[in-house]
Amino acid sequence: MLQSLETRSVWTANDAPVADAETVVLSHTAVNDEYRHLVLRAGRPATLAAPGQFFHLLCPASGADKPYLRRPMSTYKADPEAGTLEFLYKVAGLGTRALATLKPGDPFRVLGPLGVGFSLDDDWRHIVVLGRGVGLATLAPLAEAAAEKGIGVTAILSARRPDLVMSVDRFAAVGADVRPVLDSDGSSTPENVREILAGLARQGRADAIFTCGSNRLFRLAKDFAREAGIAGQVALEQQMACGIGMCFCCVRKFEVDGDLVDKRVCWDGPVFDLKEATSW
Amino acid sequence: MVTAMSSPAGSSVSLAVDVGGLRLANPVMPASGTFAEGLDKVIDLNRLGAFVTKTITREFRAGNPVPRVCETTEGLINSIGIPSKGLDYFRDNVVPFYRAFSPPLVVSISAPTVDDFAAMARDLTVAGVAAIEANISCPNIEEDGRSFAMEPRLTETVTAAMRKATALPLWVKLTPNTGDIVAVARAAEVGGADAVVVANTILAMRIDTETFRPKLGNVLGGLSGPAVKPIALRMVYQCADKLTIPVIGCGGIATAEDAVEFLLAGARAVQVGTTTFVRPTAMIDVIEGLSAFCARRGIADVNALVGAVADGNTAPEEAEAVL
Repeated sequence: MLQSLETRSVWTANDAPVADAETVVLSHTAVNDEYRHLVLRAGRPATLAAPGQFFHLLCPASGADKPYLRRPMSTYKADPEAGTLEFLYKVAGLGTRALATLKPGDPFRVLGPLGVGFSLDDDWRHIVVLGRGVGLATLAPLAEAAAEKGIGVTAILSARRPDLVMSVDRFAAVGADVRPVLDSDGSSTPENVREILAGLARQGRADAIFTCGSNRLFRLAKDFAREAGIAGQVALEQQMACGIGMCFCCVRKFEVDGDLVDKRVCWDGPVFDLKEATSW
Repeated sequence: MVTAMSSPAGSSVSLAVDVGGLRLANPVMPASGTFAEGLDKVIDLNRLGAFVTKTITREFRAGNPVPRVCETTEGLINSIGIPSKGLDYFRDNVVPFYRAFSPPLVVSISAPTVDDFAAMARDLTVAGVAAIEANISCPNIEEDGRSFAMEPRLTETVTAAMRKATALPLWVKLTPNTGDIVAVARAAEVGGADAVVVANTILAMRIDTETFRPKLGNVLGGLSGPAVKPIALRMVYQCADKLTIPVIGCGGIATAEDAVEFLLAGARAVQVGTTTFVRPTAMIDVIEGLSAFCARRGIADVNALVGAVADGNTAPEEAEAVL
């Protein structure tokens, strides 16, 4: 059965409260050469973020880096019991360079949780998550949510090298079947990933597919979902200004009833139906 | 209760202002294009002086190619392109949303011709709409950034046409991209405007030095944010001096202190825009800060600040009364 995002499930909390919350940095560590892990002490509603939802971060000015706008970032982990909110990111530009200067004890303002997250259908028995790079950070909470509902997860984690495969522990901890695919050994080619997907489909272990972080993998997932007749969702990024649907900066093109229409990534997404999303 | 707000000192400060045919509970409202229903998730919309919508057009408009925004020092440049679902959608879906709230709804409109502006004003003269703000100033990129508000003659013509078409309060939003904004503002007054909004974004651009490409999909855009504040303030000061209708200040207002500056320069009310993208609670902070400022200075009525700049033109006894 094809899942429509119009029927919002428990995982899409667009009607839930939003706050511009003052949090405190608990820890901020380098995971490897490229990725950093930020853990904040936060209250509700921030810690109630659903998988796929994001926050709009007020990055601090640092030296010559003075980002004027906030930066959107998807939730890596939100734990209402522990009172923590986590992000995993790659230092890629002005905003993340400034973000990287945060130290434990620093105050940090985050607006959220924002947007429409992933949705999970109670009928699904096994899903596939397919991500690359920092996109895996977005998919990790989804795998945990699926496991809680008793849905099996195969996680195909793509990266350039073994040390850049993110969040293996998070996926493994919920019993996911973790399949790293790498550029360094040639296993991340579209042909090979397609082969893995076809195998999962034959075994009846692909009721739905979820992707984030790579245009190439997005196209693979979209084609696979169409050919296999299964549901799929993609978490998208776009440059944002307001983060709450007001400015219309973050539009992308979507296929709706044969037309290409603009939708706001911050407000209509950032998670979209694979059928509607288009290549970037 | 409309006017009084408790100040930290326990005294009562009146923030109510009369602006171009509307009585507002306080002088703080959003700037068009920086406000929509989504802000309801973050702040109490009933605390605002008024609502000002994103500019709407009669027909559906897709808007400009991305990137639609780029950062610059203390501000941003945007070229959104007025995406609009059209007048009918707006009247049927957006106006009813705002009827659940107490602040008056000011609808920002844009149109390609004088007649279309007038027809838009007429067709939006409906229950739930409290005033029209005519965006005759948004840089029209298709015409190399030109707009009605670049010239006094065009401004008077389009304002007079809208004046005939609606009995609603008519605000006219001016552009800083003109040689003589005072002449344009006076033309709006002669044309029958109830207030002018001074001003809009300043035509600008940025270029990526790695790719050699413009940083906006549409090449040119409008600069807004704290970077433009002193320019907008100067224009408000110049216009307020020459007009009898109220001036609404707009341009880089981020704090209560900024709002006080605009009021002193002669603005009767202020619009907070780009700052809301960075701090969605900014308008609430400005309202509370204005009240606290007045309380601290022993000012019972915020109107006492309007035009009270001590520039040598204010009568000494008036200046004394405020200071």
